Amino acid sequence: MNAAISGWRVQRISAMVLALCVSVHLVTMIVVVHGGLSAGAILARLHGNAAWGLFYAVFVLAAAAHVPVGLRRIAEEWLGWRGASVFAASLLVGVVLALAGLRAVYALIGGPL
Amino acid sequence: MRTASPTSLHVNVWRGADEGEFQRFEVPRMESQTVLDVVIHIQRHLDATLSYRFACRVGMCGSCAMTVNGRARWTCRTHVTKVLGHTGDVLEIAPLNHLPVIKDLATDMSGFFDKWRDAKGYFAGERTRHEPAARVDPASAARKAADAGIECIGCGVCYSSCDVVAWNPDYLGPAALNRAWTLVNDVRDTQQHARVAAISSDAGCHSCHTLGSCTERCPKALAPTASIAGLKRLNGKAPRGAHE
Amino acid sequence: MSELDAARSGKITDGGVRRKTPGRRADARARNHPAWWAFLVHRLSGLALAIFLPMHFWALGTALHGAAALDSFLAVTRQPAFVFAEWGLVTLLAAHLIGGVRILLIEYRPWSGLRKDLIALTAGGALVAGLAFALSLTL
Repeated sequence: MNAAISGWRVQRISAMVLALCVSVHLVTMIVVVHGGLSAGAILARLHGNAAWGLFYAVFVLAAAAHVPVGLRRIAEEWLGWRGASVFAASLLVGVVLALAGLRAVYALIGGPL
Repeated sequence: MRTASPTSLHVNVWRGADEGEFQRFEVPRMESQTVLDVVIHIQRHLDATLSYRFACRVGMCGSCAMTVNGRARWTCRTHVTKVLGHTGDVLEIAPLNHLPVIKDLATDMSGFFDKWRDAKGYFAGERTRHEPAARVDPASAARKAADAGIECIGCGVCYSSCDVVAWNPDYLGPAALNRAWTLVNDVRDTQQHARVAAISSDAGCHSCHTLGSCTERCPKALAPTASIAGLKRLNGKAPRGAHE
Repeated sequence: MSELDAARSGKITDGGVRRKTPGRRADARARNHPAWWAFLVHRLSGLALAIFLPMHFWALGTALHGAAALDSFLAVTRQPAFVFAEWGLVTLLAAHLIGGVRILLIEYRPWSGLRKDLIALTAGGALVAGLAFALSLTL
């Protein structure tokens, strides 16, 4: 399976996952932001909660798969940056997002209070 | 509501090649005047050195396609009144985009057709005259899909309208991909594997971002966007063609 | 041999010869139709969200140092500029979501035109999401 097809498939399948995750996230945020955000409230809701942990982990991984493909397309088409180097850069972006995102999930679910 | 139309049109016509400039002409205004009428008048009565193409002048051949006030159209089927919103507006006529300009309004379309070839946009069968004709059910899903895109005459309007063609010089473009899709759906064709490989690279269908300009501008109301979506759904797997 | 074939035969793969599409280019007049605006909104909102996301992950990661650390960051986010940026991101996220669903439908479902009804829904839905967020935050 060549790079063009696999990039497209990764982005479309992660898009379907994100459609669900983002819908949930938007509704959640609109609800919890009422009355202002506080660390205490956030952690009370999330800390130790495996279900939310799983949800956000999946969310993070889907985003980490989805973002690099789009950024690579913008780089190729609008910056003229093509070839193996832009592909490698996009993979790096994906890895960084995955690590940073999972770290944030851990911070809220399993970290200190 | 229209008041009495003025007696002349202001027309800017592209002169030169890829580099060049617009030249202004004043052309007598007439009832039911097409942009092609304007171009023909200029070349026959005002400036014989103007280069342009047309053939049938009745909307069948696609030869007269040009960029009119920024949009690719068939000039023989574009009434001046459709393009000029207000009296005093300038009619701007330029060659099609994304193709090398030979001179003035005539472009070199060989690259356009080379991409058609590269997308395997041509039929290859296995039967000879000695065998019975293939039986293809016109109501079958595959034939309907092919029929939806088969009327393309290769005028280049979609290719000229597609910004991905501008951003990606290798992109095969909507016309070539549309034709490839009609052939993917042709059960008689024998080169499905080569075709699907050809349209599955970065130059192929996956570079389409559904800008939709092709579908908006096609003078035959075809939908290359639909054909390209069909190609994307193949996911690199060729349909079962005739014996390859 | 066409110009295209001639250019290609001299081409080096992988970041070599930078070829460009020949001829003239379209301008805004050619792009003034709904599906094009939908593409632009989708690409620019995606870009904005891609830039925002690492900051979002970093901010949430401050919780690794305890609730107090996260709270001190949250205090910063109460500034008007921040609140405006948050509202913008929620609006862009909703637009990117609905626009993305439109693309998925065009690509995976039977052809039903350029789905301009969904373009309208993208605009409307983004507005509604942004409004709901703003009201929730302020009322």
